[in-house]
Amino acid sequence: MTDGDAGKDLQRRLLSEYYGSLSDEGRNGRKVAYMFVPGNVVELTRCFDMLPVYPEINALQCGIKKMAGDLILRAENLGYSSDVCGYVKNDIGLMLSDRKSPFGVLPKPDLLVCNYSGCNTFVKWFEALAHFYDAELFVLDIPYLREREAAKEDVDYIVAQLEELATVCARISGVPFDRGRLRRTLELSMEAERLWVEALKTAQSHPSPYDAYFEAVFYMAPLNILRGTEGCVEYYRLLLEELRARQKERRGPVPEEKFRVVFEGPPPWPHFRSFWELFKRWGVCGVASTYSKVGGLFDQGILHDPAQPLESIARYAMNCYTNWNLGLRLDLLRRYVKEYEADAVVIHSTKSCRSFSVGQADFREVLVKNDGIPTLMVESDLADPRYYSEAQLKNRIDAFFESLSHRRLLGG
Amino acid sequence: MAFARESVADTSLSAVRTWKEGHPAGKAIGAFPVYVPTELIQAVGALPVWLFGAGGSIDISHADSRIQSFVCSISRSTLELGLTARLGTLDGFVFPSICDVARNLSGVWSRNFPETFVEFLHLPQNRDSASAVPYAIAEYRRLLNGLSRLTGRPASEADLRAAIESHNANRRAAQDLLAVRRETPWLLDAWESYLLLRAGATMDRDAHTQFLRNAVAAARRRGRKEKDRLRVVLLGAFCEQPPIDLIRAIEEAGCYVLEDDLLLGLRWFREPIPADGDPLRALAEAYVTQSPASSVSHYRGRRKQDDLPASIRAIGATGVVFCTAKFCEPALYDQVLYKERLEAAGIPYVHIEFEEKMSVFETVRTQVETFVESILFE
Repeated sequence: MTDGDAGKDLQRRLLSEYYGSLSDEGRNGRKVAYMFVPGNVVELTRCFDMLPVYPEINALQCGIKKMAGDLILRAENLGYSSDVCGYVKNDIGLMLSDRKSPFGVLPKPDLLVCNYSGCNTFVKWFEALAHFYDAELFVLDIPYLREREAAKEDVDYIVAQLEELATVCARISGVPFDRGRLRRTLELSMEAERLWVEALKTAQSHPSPYDAYFEAVFYMAPLNILRGTEGCVEYYRLLLEELRARQKERRGPVPEEKFRVVFEGPPPWPHFRSFWELFKRWGVCGVASTYSKVGGLFDQGILHDPAQPLESIARYAMNCYTNWNLGLRLDLLRRYVKEYEADAVVIHSTKSCRSFSVGQADFREVLVKNDGIPTLMVESDLADPRYYSEAQLKNRIDAFFESLSHRRLLGG
Repeated sequence: MAFARESVADTSLSAVRTWKEGHPAGKAIGAFPVYVPTELIQAVGALPVWLFGAGGSIDISHADSRIQSFVCSISRSTLELGLTARLGTLDGFVFPSICDVARNLSGVWSRNFPETFVEFLHLPQNRDSASAVPYAIAEYRRLLNGLSRLTGRPASEADLRAAIESHNANRRAAQDLLAVRRETPWLLDAWESYLLLRAGATMDRDAHTQFLRNAVAAARRRGRKEKDRLRVVLLGAFCEQPPIDLIRAIEEAGCYVLEDDLLLGLRWFREPIPADGDPLRALAEAYVTQSPASSVSHYRGRRKQDDLPASIRAIGATGVVFCTAKFCEPALYDQVLYKERLEAAGIPYVHIEFEEKMSVFETVRTQVETFVESILFE
């Protein structure tokens, strides 16, 4: 496979099968568990034949498909403030529109699993869904990671809650908890995660065979949606094969890789393509990104482990990017700059996601003033198209890369 | 009242400096709202000091380069106070897990003040779990160990019990003060009780308890007459503090505020915490089982919005004034659910948004007057 179509085709097929399984006919009596991407416990819910629905992913899809603006307005008409997260409002808007998503009508939740990892808004979001759907809510409390190693007390706390969650899932689904099945599912997750880590590392070559921000967000989709399945493992096998082939042929996402950049923050989904173009025209290639780690910091050695089923789920949940404290996040950015030989850091600060954005301005202070790493910070939003000002962004991006070009010319 | 007003307006913490002069080895520890078990701070011989922002009294310049403009005032002004050395008398800071901003602020704080003791306290959000109490105990022990190292003074069980008793008495006095307002609102305005409670942010707990008891007695002696006003509950999930003149404007527009959630952390528990068993367990159990409805902690058992209409009727209030800080996500999410339940129960409400810097209250006054008239003259 050298043209990349096999991976893309498989992803399309797998996702289409996934959305098909959510339809009235596709569910076939199976129960539906809503959950978030960071720190999700899909391996556990799969043991109870429960179908996962990810409201964040629905929201980003609505962003890409230009549906978010209208859905957000619907939620604001219900009383949501213009100052709260656009993902939440998108999801409330979807609910008010009879859950008609770009991929068909989504099912109502039988259980809301609020895997509260790195985002307090998650709790408020699912409290709202529990209210409107009158659905059962399980808040899986994930302590914030303050030191590089998770404290034993934190892991014990999560494991105890996972046992309680398993009891809830068994009650709702009527399927008993099979720990052997959990181990087999975790095996598949671990295998896909290993392959993904290998894929991520290919960006260390010059040129990078792919954009580790703008393309990685699509490559990471199966890991966020289909983890714990054989299809997911197969996808990453094909992806790695494809990236290695590109690597060999020295093919990258831009005709000539002029600037290698580490990206911090989520992309502006409603303007994804035009935002990417603003960088492409300068020959920018993302070589590492933090957004592609919101679903798990697998490249930092945090993998699911069938030998320690619930403990590894607990450690995984604590080790999602926005659940790392700011010191750990800053060190990671610095490491990425070094390991991926980046020329600069670009921070896309989004109003919706305070979990991501509060602290980013402080990162810039350190990166620029202490470390001498050129850093650009721009602002818009991940979901709300009203906060995207193309002219302003273009000015700032152009000025930044122009100055980097000058610096390079002068041998700086 | 004059003392309370002066103490609240003083962002340079001179009351804390005075306390330290009297306690040469004593440390002072800042606690960010909404709730921190300040008993632990007191038990190591330190003075807990609540951080309530700058209330619009200073310009934000240094904090602008660290925190974006779409973030709430209290985080920006608190950081500005720190960056301009106005909090220099504090020896440490505790940030609880109330929201993403407060959590990340703890990281910004650690980075900008690397020599200072900074703790992020993860209060259990899954209070229905059997593991919530053991987890809270572990968190409290971790915090207590850090505080002991900082002060050089380990806390004995007796120290912890004494701190619990002192806090119980203080919370009792606060409840008594608020009961005066709830039962005879013409004797005590909400802006007054707010100032009296908030004066405790920088005071020794026992001294504040005495101060509140005197205030309760003085309020009861007042000869004020009842007026024809609308009885309301004021809800704002107040981490960020509204301008005092905003509370006055709401009252002067024709409201008696029977209850509010201002300074909730200073009076978090209605019932006393048992001081006779294992003190850390008692504090943790109290948090898990007795915490009040709040936007910053996930409800336990029943959804808090379901209980709102009955709790309003139970105290004889007619309506609700929502007063949310701009950009405060927990409050802004909850008010949608609260409003839904109020509408279903036929309880009227009005919604005001504020920022620390707000200085003109005419619009609020008109808005609340219209609200009051629409009900009183219906």
